[in-house]
Amino acid sequence: MDFNLALNLALPEVIIAVSSLLILVFGAFRGDKGMISVSALCGVALIAAAFAAAFSHQGAAFNGSFIVDGVALYAKVAIYIAAVFIIVLGQGYFDRIGAARFEFPILIVLAALGMSMMVSAGDLIALYVGLELQSLALYVLAAFRRDDAKSSEAGLKYFVLGALSSGLLLYGASLIYGFAGSMNFHAIAQSATTNLNVGLIFGLVFLICGLAFKVSAAPFHMWTPDVYEGAPTPVVAFAAGAPKFAAMVLFARVLQTGFEAQIDQWRQVILVLAVLSFVVGALGGLMQKDFKRLLAYSSIANMGYALLAIAAGAVGIPALLIFFVLYMVDTLGLFTVQMALSRKGEPFSRIDSLAGLSKTNMPMTIVLTILSLSVLGMPPFSGFWGKYFVFGAAISAHLWWFAAAGLVASVVAAFYYLRILKLMWFDAPAGDMDKSPLETRWIAYAAAAFSFPLVIVFLIYVYPLAQSAAQGFGS
Amino acid sequence: MIPAIPNLLSLITFAPLFGAVVILVLRALARKDDEAVIAKNAKWISLWTTLITLALSVVLVAGFNRSNPGYQFEEHYQWFGPISYHMGVDGISILFVLLTAFLMPLCILASWDSIKERITEYMIAFLLLETLVIGVFTSLDLFLFYIFFEGGLVPMFLIIGIWGGKERIYASYKFFLYTLLGSVLMLAAMLYMVGVAGTADIPALSHFAFAREVQPFLWFAFIASFAVKLPMWPVHTWLPDAHVQAPTAGSVMLAGILLKLGGYGFIRFNLPMFPYASEMFAPLMMGLSVIAIVVTSLIAFRQTDMKKLIAYSSVAHMGFVTMGIFAGNQLGVQGAVYQMISHGVISGALFLCVGVVYDRWHTREIAFYGGLTKLMPHYAFVFLLFTMANVGLPGTSGFIGEITTMVGAYKWGTWVAFVATSGVILSAVYALTLYKRIMFGEVHNEALKKYPDLSVREIIIFTPLILATIALGVYPAFVFDITTASVDTVVATYQTVIGG
Repeated sequence: MDFNLALNLALPEVIIAVSSLLILVFGAFRGDKGMISVSALCGVALIAAAFAAAFSHQGAAFNGSFIVDGVALYAKVAIYIAAVFIIVLGQGYFDRIGAARFEFPILIVLAALGMSMMVSAGDLIALYVGLELQSLALYVLAAFRRDDAKSSEAGLKYFVLGALSSGLLLYGASLIYGFAGSMNFHAIAQSATTNLNVGLIFGLVFLICGLAFKVSAAPFHMWTPDVYEGAPTPVVAFAAGAPKFAAMVLFARVLQTGFEAQIDQWRQVILVLAVLSFVVGALGGLMQKDFKRLLAYSSIANMGYALLAIAAGAVGIPALLIFFVLYMVDTLGLFTVQMALSRKGEPFSRIDSLAGLSKTNMPMTIVLTILSLSVLGMPPFSGFWGKYFVFGAAISAHLWWFAAAGLVASVVAAFYYLRILKLMWFDAPAGDMDKSPLETRWIAYAAAAFSFPLVIVFLIYVYPLAQSAAQGFGS
Repeated sequence: MIPAIPNLLSLITFAPLFGAVVILVLRALARKDDEAVIAKNAKWISLWTTLITLALSVVLVAGFNRSNPGYQFEEHYQWFGPISYHMGVDGISILFVLLTAFLMPLCILASWDSIKERITEYMIAFLLLETLVIGVFTSLDLFLFYIFFEGGLVPMFLIIGIWGGKERIYASYKFFLYTLLGSVLMLAAMLYMVGVAGTADIPALSHFAFAREVQPFLWFAFIASFAVKLPMWPVHTWLPDAHVQAPTAGSVMLAGILLKLGGYGFIRFNLPMFPYASEMFAPLMMGLSVIAIVVTSLIAFRQTDMKKLIAYSSVAHMGFVTMGIFAGNQLGVQGAVYQMISHGVISGALFLCVGVVYDRWHTREIAFYGGLTKLMPHYAFVFLLFTMANVGLPGTSGFIGEITTMVGAYKWGTWVAFVATSGVILSAVYALTLYKRIMFGEVHNEALKKYPDLSVREIIIFTPLILATIALGVYPAFVFDITTASVDTVVATYQTVIGG
């Protein structure tokens, strides 16, 4: 009975775990020619899992190591939907470059499985299993263009540095286990309150470092630009959004469940990470010439804002949830635009080749204008509302100076988004762009339309949802 | 009696946006080779849209109850959390709505022939700008206000950057980043206010007494944004660059309306919401105002570029506005509102005057011109009228604004009024010198004989501006009747708080 209940709670994970293995067998028989049917099946499995998550009960299973609460379910739905979009984009992308392999959608599904483990993790084992499942799938995906030197380099870098960070994280986890005597976050919290040991804090710092690497917060951000530049774009579009969301939720859960009473201890660390991230993100982006590297710095800055929400404590959780969905849509849109644009078959990578786009390709110009303004934080676009919630949370947690610093950093970062606008609108055309592939075009339009005006409707429904999802988080 | 139109304010605010969408759809549907037809349609659609908006604003003003100091034509819909879609106008904002709607058709007409490329985009940008600016004046929710206030940067950035002069890119970046930096501090303050008060409703916040200790911080955050926008000395340096590079109609919008957002913000936020801080920092603001009046007048005198000269004179005239507002008495604030309306008309007209010669000879160098009275008598008359209005000649609207703010300032402190008066003399110096150098003397440049006097289109543009300047100068009650009740409430609240 108890096991039945546990399976019921883990239904979304069960669906994608079982179906991914079955689809793998199916794919092995069909071969690479069958990528499109494998993609379709994976998409169906993810959508089914998303429905299961949306209508799931809440509770804890497997002796508290698997937590299903509002935040976890919210994150799962968002992650599965993002994965579906990535599968669609990847299908077209790999088809066009002639590197269609049926493993791609399956690896995406496995990564999504890892992420949904992460957001539900209730103890250190579940944390590590989820994190590694997600990371290993992404390492392979980053190096997915085996014949491409840059892609292999990206995969290798990601793997080596990722392994290092996993090592740090494991070390921290073992310290925590050693001093607290338990794996479970609640038990750790009890032990930390009754008998706070310096070893426990030591372990916590290692854990934070490991997680900071996964979300690419400065000063653990070094891998980000290289991986973003080298890895295939659909993979980057995925890695920039969903895994970071999962890692942030995990971050919040470890800190606010396991070390709830020690908020003064970890808040300083998180704030340092946050400030460094948005400063590095803003300054580092200024001199970038490659579009994907620019987006890497932009994501570093955005992780700084997300960390600010975590540092705000419980009030920051609904902010984090809304911020990430808005951010994921913007990032997805920006990478899709990168895939949509090419000149004489050469994919667009240097920012300069955007010059004069408004004279040659008006729809994409409008899309990219909206998305750039959105990540810049211009109202009324969605990026502004993300910042609204994050900074609102930081200010209600009395982190005034950090919020002000973040806002000023966003003005610095505005410069590089303005450069995109300047190139597209003010400069002379650098030649005609090829016709954009169908699916990239429509996903880009959809992302821009979501950024504004759909966000108006979105906020009406998601604001109360995020508020109620965050109720009872960490307790 | 005029029938009441439901949701009139939303209609006025979003009518231009609707026009922009229509143009965009027509363009998307048209074939590539129809470029000329699309451009022509875009012009006519924008003209009609702006005229309809103007007509609706006139209906709005006609239906406005002048004895009611509160907000009228209110619309209120809950959005999410503390934020709602709340629109409404009082005696202060309604006139800015009218001013915007009044200047827009003139901007469209002024660009009719002078903009040669990317006409559809140009018209869309202007219509978007109109929606965003009107929205600033009609929104009664903190974040709704912020959306419109910030959003206005984007079309203006594109207008300067695409259709501007040689240094347009530098000017557009400077404009954008300068104003953005000011506004993010205001955003931080707004987030704090909503956190403390639990509502983003502007009328409710006006009565919410913020703690004395935090008021200075909030006050400064708002000033950071509005002072840049206005602009006040010493954060005015973006303005001359932006003005010089912007196309004529862009300058008209900038000087005529966008600068007024700052002054409007002072009256709507700083004075009623943070009265202690306003009183505490009034000497600072007074000092900066008179410095602006005197120093920028002197700078204006040294300019060789016509647009730059007028841009600096705008900074000087905005000095009167801040002086009036922070005098904190009835006359001062009344005068400030009046000065903003009148300056909107006059500076807009002056930039249009520069546009007339720039369209012909493509230079704004003062030295290039001379003796235009002989060649373009109609133009000389129009320019003279607006120069005089800019100086503040009695009988024009400029006079009323300056005298009222100065009387208000005199009540606050005699020395302020004394220094400000000298600014009036200085403004006469630079304005008359400009007029002399362009209009009088011999025709030393043969190229000047090449083009005729004002065209019918240009006369049509200037006629309403001339009428407005004279009418406001002779019968200022047009404005004062509408503003009195609302200004009295603002000032009375302010005085009770700081008096008690």
